[in-house]
Amino acid sequence: MARIAGVDIPSEKRVEIALRYIYGIGPATARKILATTGVDPGKRVKVLTDEETARLRNEIENNYRVEGTLHTEVSMNIKRLMDIGCYRGLRHRRNLPVRGQRTRTNARTRKGPKKTAGSLRKVKPGKKG
Amino acid sequence: MARSVKKGPYLDAKLTAKVENMNKVREKKVVRTWARRSTVTPDFVGHTIAVHNGNKFIPIYVSENMVGHKLGEFALTRTFRGHAKSSKTTSVK
Repeated sequence: MARIAGVDIPSEKRVEIALRYIYGIGPATARKILATTGVDPGKRVKVLTDEETARLRNEIENNYRVEGTLHTEVSMNIKRLMDIGCYRGLRHRRNLPVRGQRTRTNARTRKGPKKTAGSLRKVKPGKKG
Repeated sequence: MARSVKKGPYLDAKLTAKVENMNKVREKKVVRTWARRSTVTPDFVGHTIAVHNGNKFIPIYVSENMVGHKLGEFALTRTFRGHAKSSKTTSVK
């Protein structure tokens, strides 16, 4: 079991795939890392030599922002928007879509599950009121 | 689509002229403007700019973090005071 960038323990998968389990590493970055470190992308993580794992770990920890640091950076960016009082910041504050999507319908990812506002409508038991 | 870098940021000529002038004479006055589409440059920092929202001018104190945004982002144009409170919901057993 290899432990790269903190808590991530990629499994029995090919390195190319396993690396993507780290927050901040997707297909493109994974391929780039493997190219610069010279590790075979098709190799399973369990058959990696210690030296190879160390090389990967070094490469990721020194040259990429992953996991915690990336999380904080993202939330700092959002906080900045909220602090300067701009429109995008307001949308973040209200948990509404930020990029101009419609909110009359849809937008459920940001708004969460439906809350029915109905005036004197009859609500059947069991259904979410 | 994002604006071409070649062109540089969009700046309202009149507004930048006024701000530059204020920087030169070292004074701070509230500048009224309708140029919501103008980008905030580092020159603006520390000034108060009153941006029109279609109804009135909203005074905005420009801080460093605001550089790169458009003036209009800070003066909201819509008023939304929430929906009317629903009176009652009857539940059927």
